[in-house]
Amino acid sequence: MSIKLKAKNITKIFGKKPKKIIKKLDEGLSKDEILKETNHTVGVNNVSLEVKEGETFVIMGLSGSGKSTLIRCFNLLHEPTKGELYVDGENIVKYDKKKLREFRQKKMAMVFQHFGLFNHRSVLENVEYGLEIKKIDKNKRQDIAKETIKTVGLKGWENQMLHQLSGGMQQRVGLARALANDPDILLMDEPFSALDPLIRREMQLELIDLQAKLKKTIIFITHDVNEAFKLGDRVAVMKDGEVVQVGTPDDILSKPATKYIEDFVQDIDRSKVFQAKHIMNKPRDVAFIKNGLKVAVKEMKADGRSSIFVVDGNRIVKGIVTIDEAIEGIKENKTIKEVIDNDFNKANPEDYIQDLIYKAVKSKYPIAVTNEEGKLIGTILRSTVLSALA
Amino acid sequence: MREFPEAIRIKLGIYVEIFIEWLREDFSGFFDAIKSGILWFLMNVQDILLFIPWWLIIVGVVLLATKVRNVKSGVFYGFLIFLIGAFGLWEMMILTLAVVLTSVVISLLVGIPIGIVMAYSDRLEVIIKPLLDAMQTMPSFVYLIPAIMFFDLGTVPAVFATTIYSVPPVIRLTNLAIRRVPKEVLEAAKSFGSSPMQTLVKVELPQAMPTIMAGINQTTMMAMAMVVISSMIGAKGLGINVLTAINRIDIAMGFEAGVSIVILAIIIDRITQSAADKFKYPE
Repeated sequence: MSIKLKAKNITKIFGKKPKKIIKKLDEGLSKDEILKETNHTVGVNNVSLEVKEGETFVIMGLSGSGKSTLIRCFNLLHEPTKGELYVDGENIVKYDKKKLREFRQKKMAMVFQHFGLFNHRSVLENVEYGLEIKKIDKNKRQDIAKETIKTVGLKGWENQMLHQLSGGMQQRVGLARALANDPDILLMDEPFSALDPLIRREMQLELIDLQAKLKKTIIFITHDVNEAFKLGDRVAVMKDGEVVQVGTPDDILSKPATKYIEDFVQDIDRSKVFQAKHIMNKPRDVAFIKNGLKVAVKEMKADGRSSIFVVDGNRIVKGIVTIDEAIEGIKENKTIKEVIDNDFNKANPEDYIQDLIYKAVKSKYPIAVTNEEGKLIGTILRSTVLSALA
Repeated sequence: MREFPEAIRIKLGIYVEIFIEWLREDFSGFFDAIKSGILWFLMNVQDILLFIPWWLIIVGVVLLATKVRNVKSGVFYGFLIFLIGAFGLWEMMILTLAVVLTSVVISLLVGIPIGIVMAYSDRLEVIIKPLLDAMQTMPSFVYLIPAIMFFDLGTVPAVFATTIYSVPPVIRLTNLAIRRVPKEVLEAAKSFGSSPMQTLVKVELPQAMPTIMAGINQTTMMAMAMVVISSMIGAKGLGINVLTAINRIDIAMGFEAGVSIVILAIIIDRITQSAADKFKYPE
């Protein structure tokens, strides 16, 4: 994958004469010392990172760690005091006003923590905004806006005013407004933090689905470890304006770079991060109803398994047979339908492991992972559920 | 030593007088241009209002109030206006209305841009704010002096004095409203690549509109409050009747004219306030 955005030594200092403070930072003074001595706040300190095309890059940190300042440097809402920022190989810090506006219109769009919506405009007019700025004619931009509103699941709400929408729906408008512009890079500044936990989870899953389709480069800010690891292909951890570690969630979990990160990720509940689809096995071994018991036994023997899921021609799960019952059945000349057991547990691929624990403990069979139509797409052994928690 | 020493005297008044004289003489062309501009506008407003038949104006008030409030208020306000006519003060009311409307329009044309510029610049805000405070605390009679100096007696200085007296609220509230637009909303506008003008017209002004409307309401009420005072330097209308009544101690005349001014003020206030409320966006 190519590098979409590259930040090189980005530093942002707030105060009256930020340029003069750079030297003190180079001399090795800390953030607190600079604040005390000069009344300047160091928001971001010498951050370098690379974001690959099409990945979801999460920047995680507690409040005051500089993550919101950093993301605002990416579209120059904050002009970095020092450093270079390359998007598609061009240093955007050097852009003049006109080029910067064009850049913002075409390449980047942002979603805000408190939505940042225009409450004097309807849902449709909000989503249209970016296109209006680009001076796209009215009919065309409305068509695009309507299509985008449909994508985020707000069809039918186009002409409502914002106060008629719940928080979750408002953030969908925020997302649609950003997507309508068809940007290469989507900046999301704690977009789900202001939502209640249930809605937040729902939105996270929808973002994952949407990203699977759209394949944008997403830079996502959060203070929530669970959210970061759930969404991020790679995660950067920030502290005191500096990036402490960048890596995949696995890297950070298994090899935390500092004690700080170790403490940070200790809170993480793996059962809330990993989903059924992460730990399931592809169902190599299934028995088709039409093939009968003998084939089922053969499959089980070949794989060394004690049970097998039985599916119909459309791969819809009908039940499960154990090897003992199958052999018994063959002796008594029963059909496969007479010996299958319906007392097994199903799960959706998006179910979190925490929801599977009970099922794994209660049942003597593996868990069947099925999609919406009931097709078998994976199996999870009971032991896998429990070992994933460790 | 109880009295202030006579030797210490600062003759500030003289210098102000010299300054005003200088302005008057060297900039007479400028003031003449303003004068004819204001007069032209005022006359047109007056002619249009006088041209409309009285019953049509009443119907207009009823419909407008019905639209922004409700039928009951509409009918009631219509009746009140009718009452002014019944006092025999219809034409006076129209003349007063023309002065007030002209002053308000000029106040908005001047005040809203100043408010916008002030919102963008902290330095300007620091300079203009005390000026506005001074303008509002100054007794309104004081404005009559420069008004007469620059424009002599008549309706034009009355409009001038009324404008100066009534412009502060709209400047103040425009400034405040634009400053209060949430930071994230502004960031959103910028992040989509809006130019400063697009941001102002498409985001800041619409967001500020409810508060600016409240400012317009206040400005209108201030202009109404100047009606009697400005008639001292020649504004035609209901104010003249009040003044004459005071001079002659004519209770009947004073009461009718006074009540008419109150009626006019109430109706204008309620209608502009309700119109302003329509601009509010529920949270």
